[in-house]
Amino acid sequence: MSVIDTVLDTFQKIGHYGLARLQSLGRAGLFLLASIPWGGPGSAGFKDLIKQIYSIGVRSLSIIVVAGFFVGMVLGLQGYTILSDFGSEAALGTMVSLTLLRELGPVVTALLFAGRAGSALTAEIGLMKATDQISAMEMMGIDPLKRIITPRLWAGFIAMPILALLFSLVGIWGGAYVGINMLGVDEGAYWGNMQASVEFYNDVIKGLIKSLVFGLVVTWIAVYQGFDSMPTSEGISKATTQTVVVASLAVLGLDFILTAIMLGGV
Amino acid sequence: MSSEEAFVSIRGMSFSRGNRLIFDNIDLDIPRGKLISIMGPSGTGKTTLLRLIGGQLLPDSGTIKVNGYNVPDLKRAELFELRKQTMGMLFQTGALFTDLSVFDNVAFPIRVHSDLPESMIRDLVLMKLEAVGLRGARRLMPAVLSGGMARRVALARSIALDPEMMLYDEPFTGLDPVSMGITVNLIKSLNDSLGLTSLLVTHDVAEACSIADYVCVLSDGKVIGFDSPENLIENGSEQVRQFLQGDPDGPVPFHFPADSFSADLFKRVK
Repeated sequence: MSVIDTVLDTFQKIGHYGLARLQSLGRAGLFLLASIPWGGPGSAGFKDLIKQIYSIGVRSLSIIVVAGFFVGMVLGLQGYTILSDFGSEAALGTMVSLTLLRELGPVVTALLFAGRAGSALTAEIGLMKATDQISAMEMMGIDPLKRIITPRLWAGFIAMPILALLFSLVGIWGGAYVGINMLGVDEGAYWGNMQASVEFYNDVIKGLIKSLVFGLVVTWIAVYQGFDSMPTSEGISKATTQTVVVASLAVLGLDFILTAIMLGGV
Repeated sequence: MSSEEAFVSIRGMSFSRGNRLIFDNIDLDIPRGKLISIMGPSGTGKTTLLRLIGGQLLPDSGTIKVNGYNVPDLKRAELFELRKQTMGMLFQTGALFTDLSVFDNVAFPIRVHSDLPESMIRDLVLMKLEAVGLRGARRLMPAVLSGGMARRVALARSIALDPEMMLYDEPFTGLDPVSMGITVNLIKSLNDSLGLTSLLVTHDVAEACSIADYVCVLSDGKVIGFDSPENLIENGSEQVRQFLQGDPDGPVPFHFPADSFSADLFKRVK
């Protein structure tokens, strides 16, 4: 094979790979567009949505609360060490709350959500596909997109911002526990400075917007990977891994973009 | 067969997966109210044919009319409506919803598609479960059912909406002789009592021939035989008879195409 052939072959492979990725992205986009609206043959009801919010959101509470508390404690400890060098321990409350509300709350919750709920969603839908449950539903005249995907997608969309808020809340408590009870920061200064510096729109709402976007993206990736998986044990395990990897990277990448937009004055 | 009205009518249908041609311009009529067994070597596209009729796959060309509707032309909502009104399908694995009990599995399509009161749904489900002999198992979960029982529950669920046509995808696979006998009788009695049109994909020649009105044999993308079981066994082509009698060698050779054995043995390995 000549050098030119090798180069052409390499370009061809890159082209094939790019086209396959684009095709997959297009499929995922159409899948999302078809799944978001409620209604259609055998559409899910309000009860299904509540069931999914319970299974995706409520069941993720323990990991979110425990992780939030520990992250807050670490922030309290690290923040105190840095701030005390400048004699600004009183700003610990500000530092912990802003870090959690703006960044760590939405991002770490989304990463934990991808690992806990996202992987479970992919495996559940993949197994339903492998055991013909999705085909059986189709043959009953029930649209699986409307019955299975729509309520899960909305449940993720609804649960994620609530989980992120809880994460930040518990984290702020964790920071207060370490700062006030263990390191002796003044209680009034911790809470007072926090209240004075945290802005509802700039910090809380913008953090919520981030977690809404992360909730939609992580759940979308999870349900799509499950629905598009090869109906074999290897296919399901691959799809589950893909969900965690792709969703985590998407969250981190999107976080940068959203932060850039938000700091840019949007 | 021309005198009988066709419930499913396939004309000039071709279907391929990648480069492999599964169906090559086939014509097939499935008469209304009859039980047709679809047979053929593994990988010949029997299950694919069911999925094409059910609209889960689209053909490359040709028409597939079910009860007068050309399935590939239907919009998504119309296809779901046709399936709801017309079709029931029994999958090889049963495909029961693992998080629902036997009762809820059978009630599922009725609950989704109707606003009937729960008392009426209960009566309907119990009637369907009684028909398959599993009324007493209604509180069990799918995980504790045997393979035969799971398939009978799936059968009850697939007739829950009173379909006009039943599609059976290898319903006898992996069943013990008693379960198989029960399933064979159930399929026949349901077909006769409900006046269904049934398509039965199976490898079990004896069982299929004992209950089928017609046997359709597929091979190499073509329909190579369609007739009553007796006629096919007596007058079918050599290839059809080889399949029905299970002869190890014949028009379908035992050996995969290869160079001569001795030449292969003495070939020098580089």
